Amino acid sequence: MATQATFRIWRGDPSGGKFQDFVTPVDEGMVVLDAVHRVQAEQAPDLAVRWNCKAGKCGSCSAEINGMPKLMCMTRLSNLNLEMPVIIEPMHAFPVIRDLVTDVSWNFEVKKTIRKFKPRSPDAPDGAWRMQQADVERVQEFRKCIECFLCQDVCHVLRDHHKQDEFIGPRYLVYAAALEMHPLDTEDRVSDLKKKHNIGYCNITTCCRQVCPESITITENAIIPLKERVVDRFFDPLKQLFNII
Amino acid sequence: MPEFRRYSYDVLIIGAGGAGLRAAIEAAANGASVGVVCKSLLGKAHTVMAEGGVAAALANVDDRDNWRVHFADTMRGGQYLNNWRMAELHAKEAPECVRELEAWGALFDRTKDGRILQRNFGGHRYPRLAHVGDRTGLEMIRTLQDHGIHTGMQVHMECTVLNLLLDSGRIAGACGYDREKGLFLVWQAKAVVLATGGIGRAFKITSNSWEYTGDGHALAYRAGAELKDMEFVQFHPTGMVWPISVRGILVTEGVRGEGGVLRNSEGRRFMFDEIPDLYKDQTADNEEEGWRYTQGDKNARRPPELLTRDHVARCINREVKAGRGTPHGGVFLDIAWIKERMPKSEEHIKRKLPSMYHQFKQLADLDITKEPMEVGPTTHYMMGGVSVDGDSQMSTVPGLFAAGEVAAGLHGANRLGGNSLSDLLVFGRRAGRYAAEFAKGNPAATINEAELQASAASALAPFERGPAGENPYKIQYDLQESMQDQVGIVRTESEMERALEILEQLRARAERAGIAGHRQYNNGWHTAMDLDNLLLVSETIARAALLRKESRGAQFREDFPNKDADWGKCNIIVKRGADGAMLVEKRPLQALPPELKAVIEEMK
Repeated sequence: MATQATFRIWRGDPSGGKFQDFVTPVDEGMVVLDAVHRVQAEQAPDLAVRWNCKAGKCGSCSAEINGMPKLMCMTRLSNLNLEMPVIIEPMHAFPVIRDLVTDVSWNFEVKKTIRKFKPRSPDAPDGAWRMQQADVERVQEFRKCIECFLCQDVCHVLRDHHKQDEFIGPRYLVYAAALEMHPLDTEDRVSDLKKKHNIGYCNITTCCRQVCPESITITENAIIPLKERVVDRFFDPLKQLFNII
Repeated sequence: MPEFRRYSYDVLIIGAGGAGLRAAIEAAANGASVGVVCKSLLGKAHTVMAEGGVAAALANVDDRDNWRVHFADTMRGGQYLNNWRMAELHAKEAPECVRELEAWGALFDRTKDGRILQRNFGGHRYPRLAHVGDRTGLEMIRTLQDHGIHTGMQVHMECTVLNLLLDSGRIAGACGYDREKGLFLVWQAKAVVLATGGIGRAFKITSNSWEYTGDGHALAYRAGAELKDMEFVQFHPTGMVWPISVRGILVTEGVRGEGGVLRNSEGRRFMFDEIPDLYKDQTADNEEEGWRYTQGDKNARRPPELLTRDHVARCINREVKAGRGTPHGGVFLDIAWIKERMPKSEEHIKRKLPSMYHQFKQLADLDITKEPMEVGPTTHYMMGGVSVDGDSQMSTVPGLFAAGEVAAGLHGANRLGGNSLSDLLVFGRRAGRYAAEFAKGNPAATINEAELQASAASALAPFERGPAGENPYKIQYDLQESMQDQVGIVRTESEMERALEILEQLRARAERAGIAGHRQYNNGWHTAMDLDNLLLVSETIARAALLRKESRGAQFREDFPNKDADWGKCNIIVKRGADGAMLVEKRPLQALPPELKAVIEEMK
C-alpha cells in the first residue's frame, strides 16, 4: 500500500467553491473518513464534515467518492486507486452548507407527510400482539435503513429534475413500504402514494438499490410492490369499466 | 454583541437519543410544549449503535423470569452500589416500556409462538434481551423518532448547548449555538431534561462517537448539581483492535450470547481460569455446559464468557499483559467454531449477527463465520453521572432532570448489557412526565442577559486567538492519550496524580486554543468548544477514582486490588464548592428496605 495519497476535497459554500488537494500519510486499514479527519486535524481545522458512529450504523458521513455515493466511514482506501487523487465531494442532490456538509433537512420534513403507524387492537390479553418471524422479516429488511440519504442523492427525479416538492424519493418509498407491509398496521397510504407522493415518477432504474449501504432491495422489494398496489387500486381495467357502468 | 435567536418551551430536552426522545414523547403526552436539542441530525445519536438488545423480564422465553430476578441481577452486577429505587422501578417497568415500543411500530424478533424473542446476555440469569438481530438500538431510536415527530415536539438539530441558565437557583433554560450557521440560540424553559449520553471521547480507545464529550455531566456540574459514581467507567470487553483505524468499534456481547468463545494465543478458554465468588454458583465449569446454556438448555449454567463486563475486560487485559494476546494486542473471539456443533452455521451466524458479519467483512476483510475475530477492551459507557431522585429523575437543582447514561444510579459500579436500553425507556419516560409536571407547577423563570453575553463571548474567544493559537484537535488527542494511559482499566494513585497534573496543563492549553475561519459548520470550533466539558469530566473521573481506595466493579486499583467492606457502603459525590473548587466526598448509601433485601437474599 502507498504511504501517502492525495485527497481532492471540495471546499466551499452556497456561493460556490473549488477542489483543494491535500497530501496526507495513509496506513493499512484506513477508510476515507480517517483521511479526512487527518487532513482536518493537521492541515485544515475548519474543514466541514458530518460524521458520528464511524461504523456504518448512523448514516451521517454520506458523500461522493470518485463520483460514487458512499459512506466515507465504510470506504476503505485499499479499494481505491491511490495513484490518482481521491476525489471527495458533498452529495449533489442537496444544497451545500459548507465543504462536505449538505442541508438534508428536506428529508425530515418529507417523513412527517407520511401517515403514521396505526396498529390493530392487541391480540392477546397481555396487551401485546402475536406475529410470526417470517411476516416480520419482510419489514425488518426496510427497517435496516440508516437514513444516510444516498438513495435520495442518486435518484434522478431528485438529483437531475429537482422534484423535491412533488416526489418523496426512494428513502420514503421504503419507509412507506415498511408501514404498508407492517403486520399490525391498519392505515391506508395507497392513495397518498399516487396523488401526493407521486410514486409514478419512479421509473425503476434501480440506482437507489445499487448505492444502498445496507443492501436493502429498494426497487424490487419496496417500490415495485407499492406500485402494484397503486395500479390495482387505480388502473385495473375491469374496475374502471365497472366504475363507468 | 452577538445576537441570540430565542425560543420558549415548557420542557427543554437536551439530547435526542433514546432517553431524550422517550422523555420528549412523554412530556408532550402530558401536555407540555417541548423543544429537543440534538447535537447531530435526528436519529443519529449513540442509541443507534446499541446492538444486543433491551433487557426486560417479559418471561417470553423462560417463564421463571420476573422483575425480582431482574432487580437482583442488576444489583449484583452493580456490586450493590446502585440506587435501589431505580433498580426496582427499572425492573418493574421495563416490560411495559418494551411493549409500548411495539405499539409504536417496533418489530422485534419473534418466538415460535409469535411473541417477542429474548436472548442471553452477561449477568442476566435468564434470556432477557428483546432484540432485532444485532441492530436493536437502530430499531429503538427509529421507532421513537418516527413516533415522536407526530407529537408536536420542535427539534433543533445540530445544536450544541454551551450553558444551563439559572434564576435564583432554579432552572431557567439553556443557551448554545447551531452548527450549520453558527448562530447563538437561547431556549427558555420551565424544566430541562438532560439526556446527553456519555463521556467516551475522554479516552483514546472508545466505541463512542465525537458527540460523547460529557456535555450533560459538565452542564449539570456547572449549574451546581451533584454528580455521583464518576469513577465507574465501563470498558466493554470486546471492541475491534485491528485495523488501527477502527480500533474501539464495538463487537456486541450478542456474539458471546450466541455461543462465541474467548481464547488466548495458546488456544485456551481463559475465562474458565477465574470465576468471581459472587457468580460461582451460576457459572458453568465446563465447555459442554456453557454451550448448552447458549442453546437454551434451562438446566445449564452460563459460560464464563457471559460474566459481567468489568470482569471479562480485566481477564482480557490480563491475558494480553501476560503475553498471551493476539498479534494486534487483543484476544480471539470465535463464533466460527459453532460449525462443529450445528449444521448450516454460516447462515445461522449471518442471520443472528448480521451487522457484525458486515462490519468485519467490510472493515477488516475478515469472515466471522470462518475465522475468529481479534478483540480488546474499549471505553463504552459511563455508569456515573447526575445524581437524581429515583422516582422523578430530578437532580439537586430544581427543574433540572436527567435520564439515560448521563444520570447515575441504576447501574452502580457496573452496568449489565441490555440494561441501558431499558434504562433510557423507563427513566426517559419518568423524566418526561415529572418535567412536564414541574413545568405545570412553576412559572417561567427569567433569563439573565449578562449571563448570555458572557457565554457568547467565551464561545467566540478561539476565533480571536485565530490559527496562531493551540490546535484544539491536538489538545483533545493529548487528553485522550493521558486518560487512556493513566485513568484506564487498571489504575494506581501515582498515575492518577500524574493525570491530574496533565489535565491542569491541558486546561491552560485549552484556554489558548485558537481557530481559523468563521462560525459556519466549523469542526475546529466545535472541537475547541467541547474541550471544557471533556477536561471537567476527566477531572471528576480521576478525583473520584483516587478517593475510592478499593477495586469494585469497573474500578480496578492495582494498589488496592481487593474490595473493601466500608467502601461497599458508600457512593462518591462530586460537586462544585462555594469557592468554585471541586469537592469530592464519600456518602453513605441509602438503606435498602427489608422487602428488597429479602429479594436479593432469595436470589443469591
